[in-house]
Order: sequence, then C-alpha cells, then structure tokens
Amino acid sequence: MQNTRDAASPAIELTRVSRRFVSPEGKAIMALRDFNMTVKRGEFCAVVGPTGCGKSTTLSLITGLAKPSDGEVRIWGEPVTDIDPRIGFVFQSDAVFPWKSVLENVAAGPLFRGTARPDALAKARDWVRRVGLAGFEHHYPHQLSGGMRKRVALAQTFINEPEILLMDEPFSALDVQTRTLMQDELLSLWRDNGASVVFVTHDLEEAIALADRVFVLTKGPATVKRVVEIDLPRPRVTSEIRYSPRFLELSRQIWEDLKDEVHI
Amino acid sequence: METTAIKPGAAPRGVPDQLSELERLAQQRLRQRHRLVIALRLAVLVVTLGGWELAARLGWIDPFFFSMPSQILAQIVTWSVEGTAQGPLWQQVAVTLEETTLGFLIGSVLGVICGIALGRNKLLADVFSIYIKIANSVPRVVLGSVFVIAFGLGMGSKVALAVVMVFFVVFANAFQGVREADRYLIANAQILGASRRQVTTAVVIPSAMSWILASLHVSFGFALVGAVVGEFLGSRQGIGLLISVAQGSFNAAGVFAAMIVLAVVALFAEFLLTSLEKRLVKWRPPQFGDGGH
Repeated sequence: MQNTRDAASPAIELTRVSRRFVSPEGKAIMALRDFNMTVKRGEFCAVVGPTGCGKSTTLSLITGLAKPSDGEVRIWGEPVTDIDPRIGFVFQSDAVFPWKSVLENVAAGPLFRGTARPDALAKARDWVRRVGLAGFEHHYPHQLSGGMRKRVALAQTFINEPEILLMDEPFSALDVQTRTLMQDELLSLWRDNGASVVFVTHDLEEAIALADRVFVLTKGPATVKRVVEIDLPRPRVTSEIRYSPRFLELSRQIWEDLKDEVHI
Repeated sequence: METTAIKPGAAPRGVPDQLSELERLAQQRLRQRHRLVIALRLAVLVVTLGGWELAARLGWIDPFFFSMPSQILAQIVTWSVEGTAQGPLWQQVAVTLEETTLGFLIGSVLGVICGIALGRNKLLADVFSIYIKIANSVPRVVLGSVFVIAFGLGMGSKVALAVVMVFFVVFANAFQGVREADRYLIANAQILGASRRQVTTAVVIPSAMSWILASLHVSFGFALVGAVVGEFLGSRQGIGLLISVAQGSFNAAGVFAAMIVLAVVALFAEFLLTSLEKRLVKWRPPQFGDGGH
C-alpha cells in the first residue's frame, strides 16, 4: 500500500508553505508565503523571480537544511525530515573544496558515503572524463577557470546519481559564452541521469532554454505568480533555441509577468 | 601626425624578437634590483655594527654597559670553545630548545583541539568564552613564578610556561578559523553525504589550517619567551640562565651574545615552520605579494 502511493506521488511537493525566519539582528523576515509547487518525476522545472524574493529558500526547504514555518514539503510523498541522500545540489558560489584536487573533489561524495577509496577514485576518474576534464585530475581548483570549476561541481554532484537535482543560480558567475556551453553540458548530463530538477535562476532566457515548466514568483515574500509550460522540443541546443520564434514568444509572455515584480 | 596601422594577415616579423628583447631587459633589471637590495642590506649591517664598535671605542657610549660587537663575538667564541659556567654552549641551547619545543607542541595541540571543539559547538563556546577571555587577559609571564613553585627548578616549570604562552594564541586562531569556514562548503559536504564528524575533518579543519599555521609562526616565538623567562626565574641550565648570570656579573657582552644565540635558534625554527606550511597548504593560490624577498 505504502509502495503504490509512493510510486504515484510526485517527486517534489510544496503545499501552502510559508517560511519566516529571524535575521541575526533580530528582525523577522518572511521569505515565502502560501507557496505551492509540484515537480513531476523526471521533470525539469525552473524558478524565476526578482532578486532576493526567496527563490533559494525553496531549495533549502527541499533539502531539509531549512524547515517550513507552515505547510508541508514532501519528496516522493514522504515529508522531508533530514538531508535525503537521493538529493544533489549545485551551488551558486564555488563550493568545490579548494584543498582537494579535481579527482578528490569529485570522489568526495562516494567517500563520504563509505565507498572504498580505490572504487571511489575509479568512479571519479570516469566522471572527470565525462565532464571533459581528463588530464586535470591532479589540478587544484585555483588552477582552473570558472567554467572548469563548475564542471567539477557538476561531476561532484552527478557522481552520487541524484534523483532530485537542485540548482541555485549555478551559472550566474560565468561569462555568457561559458554559460551557454555549461547549459548544454547540463542538459546532456541530465538526459542520461533523468533526475527531477529544480533550477533557480534570475535569468529568464536560461529558464526557458532549460526547463519543461517555469515558475514565475512574485517579489518577496514570494508566492507563485504563474506557471508556464515550455513546449519547445527536446533535445535542445541552448545556443540555437534562443532564436526560435516560439522561444521569443514565451520569453515575451513571461517577461510581461515578471516586469511588474521587478523594481529598480 | 604619424599613425601605424597593423594590417591583417601581415604579421609583423619583428614581434617575437621584440618580445624576447623586452624579456631579457626585464630580467636584467630584476637581477640588478636584487643585487642592489643585498648590497644595501649589507651596508645597513656594516654601518650599524661599525658605528656601534666605533662609538664604543671612541668612548661616546660606555662599553661596560652597552658592550661592543667585537666583545660579543669574543664572548660567543669563548662560550663555544671553552664552554659556559654551566657547561658547554650546545648543551644550554639544547636544554632551552627542548623546553621550547615541548611547550610549543603541547600548547599548540591543546590550542587546536580546544579551538576546534569550541568552534564547532556553540554552547561550549558560549559557556567557556568568558573564562578564556579572563585567562587571556592575565599577563601570563607572571604564572612563571607559580610554575617554579609548583614544578621546581627542572624542565617542568619552563615547559608549563611555554605551553601557557602558546595555548591562547593557537586557540584563538583555531577558533576563529573554524568560525570562518565557508558555510556553502559545509552545506555542500552535508548534501554530498558527510556526517558531522566528516564535515569537521574534511571541511572545517582544512579551512582552519591557514589560520592555525599563521598562529604557529608567532607562537614558536612565544614558546621561546616562555622557556627563557622560566629559566630567568629559576633554573640550573639554559640560555635564560646564561643571560641571568651575565646580568648578575655586569657582563653586557654575555647578555648580547646569549641574545644572538636565541635569535639564531628562532630563525632556524621559523625556517622549519615555513617549509612545513608550504607542504601543508600547497593547494592555496600564491598570495598577492608572495615571491618577493
């Protein structure tokens, strides 16, 4: 009985979630208000919204690093209690370990989870190759470019074979050309992995190019303003798809929603 | 006015030659500067020591109180050839060095352990921080007298003083280093599957390492101060005793000579610590200003 319910339930479900917290200065802040979101299994969802509206908070709630003040967060039908091992997370900042080489960084996940060192390193070597960093196994992060460090971060996450992949503006620090290449890299890794993805970004075009559905949020405290289905065909090449008429149409449509929320 | 346009396709043939010429000139200038620095350093040394010697010989300063370089050198030679009143010079150095090293090791290990424990545990930190602040504000050299009473004239009292001198410096830095650990790195490790203990060993300690190593540089000097002051206060051997005896017999050259021996010991230890640091933090990008001399 438990199993059938489990199999039918969506990968991620946020129901009427609010999140309030108190800043270190003692000020109460409301980041999310009455927030609803459902991500189907194997679906790629993007979350766009104005800066500082609480986009990243949704990800913290799904990982269990933060608890909701009201409402419920479920993954595969189960309430989130702790960090689930099936979750992978790619951070905005450089979160690779600067004192570990590329190979050791990628092997970190399996090693933390108790895989024997030779097996973990062999698996890591394979992933380093898959993200195109063969030959850089023994470099330290400071010797790599920003794009290469992001590849390390992707390999580090994908090696754990996550079934839910959370990404918090992962490419926002990269230049435009590198970002486009990394988006294609991500799509090809995701195609093999098939995880359910929540991709937070402030870049509208990035959201459309990558996702199946785009959640547009209001300014903080954030709530879902609109959900847009992206019916662009897959597999996509992000550098080309942005010139298709349908892309421009979607882009204009979402911008109409978003611009009311953005104030300079 | 004359303008030079670079035509596409017509790569200027002289470019590689110009670059290598530029490189050669730059390297030549660097070498010249390096030689100049060394020459100036030597000049400063010669002027200072020569001026001191001259001032003493001409009677501008009284060599009885301030000694002079030739007397100090003679004193060091006498000590190394004939030995000191307490025994051979190397033995005095060895005793002080042993006290210093023991105090340094015990103090820094305790400091690192306590720093990491308090840094990782908010409650412990809140409870103990006030007492550590109080203990830290006591002039620790005063404790030397207590230690001499408690542990006697032997090695114990000097080691204890050195430990106390080192502990607070290393502790403060280890604590700060743990607190400064990047929270994204910690979150990343947690999501990758690290337990609390693994977060400590794989993230917190490595990122605190630069802080800890920085404190070790300073604290070896503190350990030396602790050992020497301990020897001042009461001992049978060591460089501190050498200084104390020289002071008692109004032998200014002896005080300076012992000081120079101490400086050599400290410089040697500094060299060892720097090479250890280079090995431990080879992952770090070269810092701005590194590579200079």
